[in-house]
Amino acid sequence: MSIRDRLSGNEAVAYAMKQINPDVVAAFPITPSTEVPQYFSNYVADGKVDTEFVPVESEHSAMSACIGAEASGGRAMTATSANGLALMWELLYIASGSRLPIVMACVNRALSGPINIHNDHSDSMGARDSGWIQLYSENNQEAYDNMIMAHRIGEHPDVLLPVMVCQDGFITSHAIENIELIEDDDVKRFIGEYKPKDYLLNKSNPVSMGPLDHFTHYFEHKRQQAEAMRNAKEVILQVSEEFYKLTGRRYGLFEEYKTNDAEVCIVVLNSTAGTAKYVVDKMRQNGKKVGLIKPRVYRPFPVYEISKALAEFKAVAVMDKADSFNGAGGPLFTDVTSAMVSSETLGPKFINYIYGLGGRDVKADDIEVIYNELIKIANTGKVDSVYNYIGVRE
Amino acid sequence: MAYNLKEVAKKPERFTGGHRMCAGCGAPIVIRQVLRALKPEDHAVIASATGCLEVSTFLYPYTAWKDSFIHCAFENSAATIAGAEAAYTAMKRSGKIKQEGETKFIAFGGDGGTYDIGLQALSGAVERGHDFVYVCYDNGAYMNTGIQRSSATPMFAETTTSPVGKVSPGKQQWRKELTEIMVKHNIPYVAQSAATGNMKDLYEKAEKAIYTKGPAFLNVLAPCPRGWRYEATDCMIVNKLAIDTCFWPLYEVINGKYIINYKPKNKLPVVEFLKVQGRFRHLFKKENEDLLVKIQEEVDKRWEELLLQEELTSKREIDN
Repeated sequence: MSIRDRLSGNEAVAYAMKQINPDVVAAFPITPSTEVPQYFSNYVADGKVDTEFVPVESEHSAMSACIGAEASGGRAMTATSANGLALMWELLYIASGSRLPIVMACVNRALSGPINIHNDHSDSMGARDSGWIQLYSENNQEAYDNMIMAHRIGEHPDVLLPVMVCQDGFITSHAIENIELIEDDDVKRFIGEYKPKDYLLNKSNPVSMGPLDHFTHYFEHKRQQAEAMRNAKEVILQVSEEFYKLTGRRYGLFEEYKTNDAEVCIVVLNSTAGTAKYVVDKMRQNGKKVGLIKPRVYRPFPVYEISKALAEFKAVAVMDKADSFNGAGGPLFTDVTSAMVSSETLGPKFINYIYGLGGRDVKADDIEVIYNELIKIANTGKVDSVYNYIGVRE
Repeated sequence: MAYNLKEVAKKPERFTGGHRMCAGCGAPIVIRQVLRALKPEDHAVIASATGCLEVSTFLYPYTAWKDSFIHCAFENSAATIAGAEAAYTAMKRSGKIKQEGETKFIAFGGDGGTYDIGLQALSGAVERGHDFVYVCYDNGAYMNTGIQRSSATPMFAETTTSPVGKVSPGKQQWRKELTEIMVKHNIPYVAQSAATGNMKDLYEKAEKAIYTKGPAFLNVLAPCPRGWRYEATDCMIVNKLAIDTCFWPLYEVINGKYIINYKPKNKLPVVEFLKVQGRFRHLFKKENEDLLVKIQEEVDKRWEELLLQEELTSKREIDN
């Protein structure tokens, strides 16, 4: 039996952590993820978890402590945002390179400078090549569900990689919505026990971890890491299928919304997908053939699946809530268009919109403007501008 | 039980030979003695900061560590060991770990990884009260990257980033007193030691640090033949001169009570310590005589402060 409740995204993530009952949570406060360790420390104070909560003096130490804990054979979790994630940078690579399946709630917030506490994706997008699996969540339910699935994915012997579960700061982290929670026992059964092959606390087989790894072996280790990330795709699908059997909620690599007969499509992450769905419904009432694709799994990037899904559209707009400052579009756009080329899928016209930086509101009207531009491109076959910004004063 | 070198030397070796630390380096001597203080039945989880120690003892696929060992990064061996200790506490509590004996947690770092880039993580970990020992092997510069100055480098020492030039006689600042900074964290055990004589001082302090519940800090002098520029065979002589001149006093602070473990009957002038090292060679030029006086004054000042601290805390009760 599922439990119906009303929780904010941060509460949902903290609740998932309570049910997961990890061995160590090490975290440092930063808006808008601060509530996660706050709620969690209440569970600790009330004896509702067996976890050792380590209130570290920085995010750098949060990730370092997670690495020490996970290497010791425990489950380790943390939560952070923006500059906190940036301060962890060095350790993100050490966690993935050491093949430690740590799980992190990343509550997306704009990266300084200038300092800004509101939502965009510049934090997690900067970490997209750090070797972490990245799952994005439209709402509190998806953030909760992704958290419950994260350990199963990361700890799979074919994967052994850390997992970052992203949701939009304030927009979903602080908004209270209905949610269906899973019973504690079901969560416990679903995630099972963590049984690493080698770990520091195994007295009968002491191990050394984190070597100086020269050109004689480093490349092979990185090649194995790359293979693990490829393997993750299949494992994510398997775990999602099991999760569907448990909850009835189905997750894939991305969600396709009214794409069957659509001629044009927007690709967008996280909460903006919710707004876009509303626009799709509205425009379809007026006979417009519009659709939406919302990537859930951004790392590993589902190259073949997403290019296949986009192949038949006449025009596609990729919306990025982060700029790459490369003079050539945002990160999601670059990945999607690169996927099209590498899979030799050259049908649709592609345009990019950078939107919502620093929490700038993106309205249904803005998304309608984009769909109308796509319809124009579909009709004329002409693209006036590939790289665009929406909602900014210029 | 009184210290007995013959008995202690029979304990199983936890840090094997065959590592790549330089001949004449003080660090591996320190590590070996510290680990010797572990009870044979106990297991250790050891973290090391990036530095000479790490890159010379654990080159994939070879390790010199017989206990469990983790290297994470330069500035975070205290935070990494804190995570390991937290996992141990949680997993013992929930019954996931059921092995005989205890597991002890020890973090190592050089002075660069401890006085400088790792100070925040160290301060945080001891303030939170994790049950571990942090051992700084202090060789007074960033030796692994090629002898750059750190906040532990003595005043006027020559390093590659505090070179002696036409207008500069080496490093321009006094060394940071990290041991005192750690004392002010009010943790149960802080000590300064060196690998001298029959290793009694270092062994006993390591034993106390490891088996004191809560955080403990050991600052141990670790001469570096490359950076200090002495002959590899002179390591122990340099160590001895550091303590006989009171440049590096041997003392411990147990729950706030200062105990000076060695007061030289004949306190040697600091030049005896300086003159055996190439990094201070320029100080012996005629025009630099006043710099030697300044160094002596600073050593005397710090020694007197230490004597005063011992006096001030002499009536304090400790149970150990």
